[in-house]
Amino acid sequence: MAEFTLPANSVIKTGKTWAAPAGATRVKNFRIYRYDPDSGENPRWDTYQIDLDQCGPMVLDALLKIKNEIDPSLTFRRSCREGICGSCSMNIGGTNTLACIKAIDAFDGDLQISPLPHMEVVKDLVPDLTHFYAQYSSIKPWMQTQTPAPPDRERLQSPEDRKKLDGLYECILCASCSTSCPSYWWNSDRYLGPAVLLQAYRWVVDSRDEATGERLDNLEDPFRLYRCHTIMNCTNTCPKGLNPAKAIAELKKKMIERR
Amino acid sequence: MKNTHNRPLSPHLQVYKPQLTSMLSILHRGTGVVLAVGTLLVTYWLAAIAGGEESFNSANAILGSWFGKLVLFGWSWALFYHLSNGIRHLLWDIGFGFDLPTVYLTGKIVVGASFVLTILLWIVA
Repeated sequence: MAEFTLPANSVIKTGKTWAAPAGATRVKNFRIYRYDPDSGENPRWDTYQIDLDQCGPMVLDALLKIKNEIDPSLTFRRSCREGICGSCSMNIGGTNTLACIKAIDAFDGDLQISPLPHMEVVKDLVPDLTHFYAQYSSIKPWMQTQTPAPPDRERLQSPEDRKKLDGLYECILCASCSTSCPSYWWNSDRYLGPAVLLQAYRWVVDSRDEATGERLDNLEDPFRLYRCHTIMNCTNTCPKGLNPAKAIAELKKKMIERR
Repeated sequence: MKNTHNRPLSPHLQVYKPQLTSMLSILHRGTGVVLAVGTLLVTYWLAAIAGGEESFNSANAILGSWFGKLVLFGWSWALFYHLSNGIRHLLWDIGFGFDLPTVYLTGKIVVGASFVLTILLWIVA
């Protein structure tokens, strides 16, 4: 059953404010979700005043500046800083995206940053993605075949068949879309969510894969696939510009077509 | 990593930005509920007809009062919104209109159509 409010241990208190250094010229407030598992205290909003004239252009630059120069206890995931690893996905200014490719000046006024929504928080901006990865694993995201591979070369694919994977293979599994989806918020125990369904479709349409029937059988379930109500938050938020809602619709069509 | 800690749940509705996508979706659900409740009103009216002239007149008086009209106006808008957005959902079901510009365009058309159709109904009726 959907819970619209936060549990008692998750209610966010007001934390401390880290003032901008004297002489700062262009100050912006970054309101950041903090949770320290060692303290046992509730999460809090800490405000960091950053001089944008002394900071790089991206939201990740601001987070790194805070960690390096102001508060080393701030915890977040990051790696590639160019939108290909998917580590720094978080809720920035109300929607989910990657901190590394989101420009600070895309937002007016104060900027609020919290972990991916409706997830268990390990620390600060780091959510526990164990369940998300387990769901990904459940769709068997690898090529399954019955026929033996050609002895002298790889399995070939026509350019037309390869084209069907465009818009799917680019997914970096950052979980921005899944955690933007209200259906996933209320039913993630049974609903696979947009990211995993897009990946499922990526294997269903792969001309080289020979387990299409089993893959669709596995999705034939009132929850796993059909909790998608075409809310479209997923497509709206994908930092890679992909269209999980469209992939889910294509899966639903495949279900009808094979009857 | 096993969740042995009393981990907090990250904020969701509390922080997520309301957008045309999610707002029209919840409105579709909401108008669906309103229509279901409104059907009781239709049942009441039909039952009043079955009850004879006296009960029919009193039902018409209640529904024809300013408050009754307001309820009926709201109900008719819910009907037209749900109908228009339902057609949008049918188009999605056949795989049409998933790119974001089209999603926003059809969303605005649906909102516009719901008001235009409601006003037309009340002018005609």
